Amino acid sequence: MKYIITRIIQVIPILFAITFLSFAMMRLAGSDVVEQKMLNTGQVISENQLIAAKQELGLDRPFLVQYFSWLGKLLHGDMGTSYVSGMNVFDTFISKLPATILLTISSIVFTVIISIPLGISSAVYQNKFTDYVIRFFSFIGNSLPNFFVSLVLMYFLAIKLRWLPIICREVNLNNIIMPTITLGIAMSAKYIRQVRATVLDELSKDYVIGAKARGVKFSTILWNSVIRQSLVTIITLLALSIGSLLGGTAIVESIFMWDGVGKMAVDAISMRDYPIIQAYVMWMAIIYVMVNLVTDLSYRFLDPRIRLGDAQS
Amino acid sequence: MKKKKLIVFAFLALLIVLVAIFAKWLCPYDPYEQDLSASYQAPSFIHVMGTDAYGRDMFSRVIIGGQVSILATLLLVGIISISGTCIGIISGFFGGTVDMIVMRISDLCLAFPGLVFALAVAAILGGGVWNAVVALALISWPKYSRVARGLTLSIKDSTYVAAARLAGDNSFQLIGRHILPNIIGPILVTAMLDIGTMMMELAGLSFLGLGAQPPVAEWGSMMSNGRSMLQTYPWVVLSPGIAIFISVVIFNLFGDTVRDAIDPKSNRTK
Repeated sequence: MKYIITRIIQVIPILFAITFLSFAMMRLAGSDVVEQKMLNTGQVISENQLIAAKQELGLDRPFLVQYFSWLGKLLHGDMGTSYVSGMNVFDTFISKLPATILLTISSIVFTVIISIPLGISSAVYQNKFTDYVIRFFSFIGNSLPNFFVSLVLMYFLAIKLRWLPIICREVNLNNIIMPTITLGIAMSAKYIRQVRATVLDELSKDYVIGAKARGVKFSTILWNSVIRQSLVTIITLLALSIGSLLGGTAIVESIFMWDGVGKMAVDAISMRDYPIIQAYVMWMAIIYVMVNLVTDLSYRFLDPRIRLGDAQS
Repeated sequence: MKKKKLIVFAFLALLIVLVAIFAKWLCPYDPYEQDLSASYQAPSFIHVMGTDAYGRDMFSRVIIGGQVSILATLLLVGIISISGTCIGIISGFFGGTVDMIVMRISDLCLAFPGLVFALAVAAILGGGVWNAVVALALISWPKYSRVARGLTLSIKDSTYVAAARLAGDNSFQLIGRHILPNIIGPILVTAMLDIGTMMMELAGLSFLGLGAQPPVAEWGSMMSNGRSMLQTYPWVVLSPGIAIFISVVIFNLFGDTVRDAIDPKSNRTK
């Protein structure tokens, strides 16, 4: 418990550094925020109005003053309004979140269903035909950029076979299939390798040889010990993937018009919509901290040696 | 057998690089010459991959596009592997405050999903292949510095380094003579395996419109431009896509064999 608290305290400076960096980064490019806003709305304005608009947004004040006033508002949960839509940033962000969470869940489930059985059989039938076939496909999957997979899927499933709509205007079951497969292919390819390596590692341990020597059936060893042990590692890896998926997948969400936070970020970046970008960066920072904490804690929980080492020191 | 594989893949990888370097002389047509009367021709013997919206020969554009994609990727991997390694060695060797600062910065870089961070950097710097390279370089070096730092830490305390130190070697000599030669292998493997990934990320940035700008031919931006024509003229999208796929496969295979050759311990087949 004490450890958890120290960990959280350690994380606070990193969070502040991230807020500062994101703020600084956006301001460095941000000499034209107001011009950009005018451009987006298509208005033509005079020099005076321009200055007034800059004053209204507080852009004429010194950099640090701007930062602290922004940070202060942020701590109160106020992220300002979007330069483009004029809507509350926090509300906009929350409205995009369910789509991303849904896509995260579906692609993780897809990946688990594909990669765990294939990875295990690849390890069990090591250097046999099955292993080669599985490894071949995982290799191919690893070498495909996801925008290429998306477009190929679109071409065959939506255009040639007309099974699915091309563009996902709304969040529903039909529309989630293609983004899920796209993300799932890349992740499964990676995880099959990981699962295979973990299971192989486990299979070569002494207790497996011992159990074999005592005449325990191989399937019993596999199911009762090896897979159970391997899952520990795999679940930790999955936690990391969930983190990165929750950050939204910029390309896949944009291609399929899936209305999640990744697409929101890409749109905001191309429109220079700073408040939205900053909200997004804060979201990433939170995910990063959570994922780090979870992996750290899970290692300590799963591996008693780390806990012991900590107690001694 | 293993040696044969290495030679074959090294040859293929070299072939791709050579095609990229000598692209100008290999194109059957001028990749930028427009001929609106010949737009969207299906693949034929005259135009092996068909033509695009402006009647430009796709095959020539794919070859020229490879020049940008591949040379930029190689440059990118070169930059990040060298700078990341230097940073990692310094961080691991000297430790202390330097180490802490470097590790926190690399934590920060790893905190964001790479592509989105690169997107933000590219958006600030503006479009263009070289800006995309800078953006990806800024976030990708920690991969190498972590490998280099870990290895440096484990070598630093070994007896032969202690002996060299006793014999009067200074820090630079220790790093140059004992540490660098011992970590160059794993770094090389990481770099070789990284080429494919980096190529995909660079093409991804271009695909989102933040890498190469039209009319420059680049695989990612070519796919993005042809996207709306997927329904009627799929070759405009599929040809550069297949080109990316084939090059990534070859570089990945090459990386795998290099790993097996240099580092027998991590042999995939065990």
